[in-house]
Amino acid sequence: MKNRRLLLEHVDVPGIDGIDVYVKQGGYASLEKALKKMSPEDVVEEVKKSGLRGRGGAGFPTGMKWSFLAKPEGVPRYLVCNADESEPGTFKDRYLMEKIPHLLIEGMILSSFALGANQSYIYIRGEFMYVLNILEKAIAEAYAKGYLGKNILGSGYDLDLVVTPGGGAYICGEETALLESLEGKRGNPRIKPPFPAVKGLWGCPTVVNNVESIAAVVPIVRDGGDAYAAIGIGRSTGTKLISACGNLARPGVYEIDLGLSVEEFIYGDDYCRGIANGKQLKACVPGGSSVPILPHFLVTKTATGEDRLMTYESLAEGGFASGSMLGSGGFIVFDEDQCIVRNTWNFARFYAHESCGQCSPCREGTGWMEKVLSRIEHGQGHMHDIDLLADINKKIEGNTICPLGDAAAWPVAAAIHHFREEFEWHIKHPSEAQTRNYGLIQQPVVA
Amino acid sequence: MMVKVTIDGIEVEVEPGTSILNAARKIGGDAVPPAMCYYSKLPGTGGKCRTCLVEVAAGSAADPRPMPKLVASCSTPVQDGMVVNNKTSERVHNNRGGVVEFLLANHPLDCPICDQAGECHLQDLGYEHGSAKTRYEEERRTFDPIDIGNKIKLHMNRCILCYRCVFVANQLTENRVHGVLHRGEHAEISTFIEQAVENDFSGNMIDVCPVGALTDRTFRFKSRVWFLKPMEAERSCTKCCGKAVVWMFGNDIYRVTARKDKYGEVEDIDGKTAWLCNDCRFEHKSANDWNIAGPRVINRHSVISQGKYATSMEKPVKRIG
Ligand SMILES: Cc1cc2nc3c(=O)[nH]c(=O)nc-3n(C[C@H](O)[C@H](O)[C@H](O)COP(=O)(O)O)c2cc1C
Ligand code: SF4
Ligand code: SF4
Ligand code: FES
Repeated sequence: MKNRRLLLEHVDVPGIDGIDVYVKQGGYASLEKALKKMSPEDVVEEVKKSGLRGRGGAGFPTGMKWSFLAKPEGVPRYLVCNADESEPGTFKDRYLMEKIPHLLIEGMILSSFALGANQSYIYIRGEFMYVLNILEKAIAEAYAKGYLGKNILGSGYDLDLVVTPGGGAYICGEETALLESLEGKRGNPRIKPPFPAVKGLWGCPTVVNNVESIAAVVPIVRDGGDAYAAIGIGRSTGTKLISACGNLARPGVYEIDLGLSVEEFIYGDDYCRGIANGKQLKACVPGGSSVPILPHFLVTKTATGEDRLMTYESLAEGGFASGSMLGSGGFIVFDEDQCIVRNTWNFARFYAHESCGQCSPCREGTGWMEKVLSRIEHGQGHMHDIDLLADINKKIEGNTICPLGDAAAWPVAAAIHHFREEFEWHIKHPSEAQTRNYGLIQQPVVA
Repeated sequence: MMVKVTIDGIEVEVEPGTSILNAARKIGGDAVPPAMCYYSKLPGTGGKCRTCLVEVAAGSAADPRPMPKLVASCSTPVQDGMVVNNKTSERVHNNRGGVVEFLLANHPLDCPICDQAGECHLQDLGYEHGSAKTRYEEERRTFDPIDIGNKIKLHMNRCILCYRCVFVANQLTENRVHGVLHRGEHAEISTFIEQAVENDFSGNMIDVCPVGALTDRTFRFKSRVWFLKPMEAERSCTKCCGKAVVWMFGNDIYRVTARKDKYGEVEDIDGKTAWLCNDCRFEHKSANDWNIAGPRVINRHSVISQGKYATSMEKPVKRIG
């Protein structure tokens, strides 16, 4: 099927969450191949060739990240899978783990082998307890089959794999906060340097990768890095899970080939099938709540009139003036009835709630923005609030310990940039704004 | 091999691995960024308040590209050939002003009834970088003051979450029952279920607190600090070094603090940080308890050093006796 090629190929096969069905569909073949025919360096090499970029949001090349891992003599190394998925609009990792848990486990074993880790962790969001149970069952099956534990498949390679739940904090998805939490401490992001590749879990060299990044290692090893790199465009190779939500006729999790046009993704029959209830598209947040919002005329086309594609590069085309980011693949669509002010306030509320509170710009700035936006939404805004928000943004951006500060600032900055007149309308018509929404943006703002 | 770094046009040589802030302190004067959370005597502190942000105009001799973001000077190590702008950068000034605005956003501005007034780092910073008017129109968050044991008062409203006191609790006491609860702007210093910090050295949390969030209950509301005369004093103590500053009015000792340097940090004496034990700090308030050597020079720029007694500018005047 067009929208499920590598990772989700067998997702609808009944019983695929059990090891027997998974193996029957070709599961653990990559593991056999790697352990019997490849060295750890060979696996790293294939991942490098594949061009795979981190699927957790930042898009950092996975092969390169792996090659940065420090390898001091006599010190253990760790692989930690980031399954904290808490970004609003993002629900692809959960879907993958729930439906086809062995894909993640096979990917974990392959990746741990490549990195020389003998103890690996899956750190899962605290609210996903039922997914944790699914994973633990799958891990027990993998141990029973000899895919985990001592001397895996007679190769002499040992690996133990543990799933650990977080306490339910978005910030614990930031990799160093995750490591703190995994060590049993308060999940405050660490001050970098040192980076996890040098000093990570328990002070040892550590790689943290997203669920989808790790799962993608399975087809990369099976088909070779070149075959994976043949899918996609330029530096956006392979397939990407997109969790599509909002006012779409058919929301859900899709596996797309990178390079698909946004137009096709939103309106195509194989994908979201257009806006629900025959309404018009008003705006789109293409990569999870942390990325800039795009007004309707910049969603399927860039500012220069080119087709917008689902790639890291094309979604970012135009920078903050007229572009956004692929981010985590949380694709949120708003129809003409949605209120941008209310949505911006809602996101701001999330970040204010989830800031760890360690550094002053984020702790105070996120709370401040939330309060100002709440006033505007509830009919108590002033015109000077709009510039105030823009200024608070500038004072947070780049000045914080971890990227949560930026993630909180950018959506507000972008909403004001593209929908300023809607904010002004809210302030000028406070009582009307309580009873109806502004509707479609009237005039394309020249970026 | 020493590395060379230039800060505000002044070159200095430091050990590799030194932070930009400590390199700047080696130069001194205007090159030194303000530090509200970093505390050189407490390993692990720093990186949180962001008042020490500086601009790196050239990363190193090997890679002279500028760093795109401002960096926290307290937790960024220098590289050979690094060029840093602090006082000379407009961008630093603006962003530091932003940080100060954030720190003051929810601050109660109750300086008139705060024991820290006059020696508060936030007051100094607000004076240098703050604006006279606030843009914060929202309701300020409030907490009830709580007692941390019978000697220390916590006014969470004034706290800037620098985490210094947490590190004191971590590093000076064996059983930490003091930490941070909650997240974001609801984060608060807590003793975990308000359990008293029972430790001979807990009083040092008062000395490291840059604001009036942790104050000495034995001194509360007794006097404004600038009416008191700081005197260097010593007593023989089995728990600590016994070297302190006693703050006197006439012949009465109003409070006892550690001896602090120009950055407000407890001094090293004979190679060891001169932390005070609670016994010396809270239980010895009679002039007979101490050998009083003479006036203490307060060389930190602050309201008290503007006062009527000794500063580093003028020779100490003996006022006692
Ligand atoms: C506030 C915050 C939350 C994050 N949450 C997640 C998350 O839930 N899952 C994830 O994979 N990465 C998350 N990240 C990104 C991670 O820090 C890290 O970059 C990622 O796990 C690396 O994996 P990748 O290279 O495979 O993408 C988050 C980052 C920040 C700053
Ligand atoms: S940016 Fe926000 S979430 Fe990140 S460390 Fe600072 S306060 Fe915590
Ligand atoms: S109470 Fe004082 S020392 Fe402790 S975190 Fe707050 S401001 Fe810092
Ligand atoms: S002193 Fe550097 S961040 Fe606080």
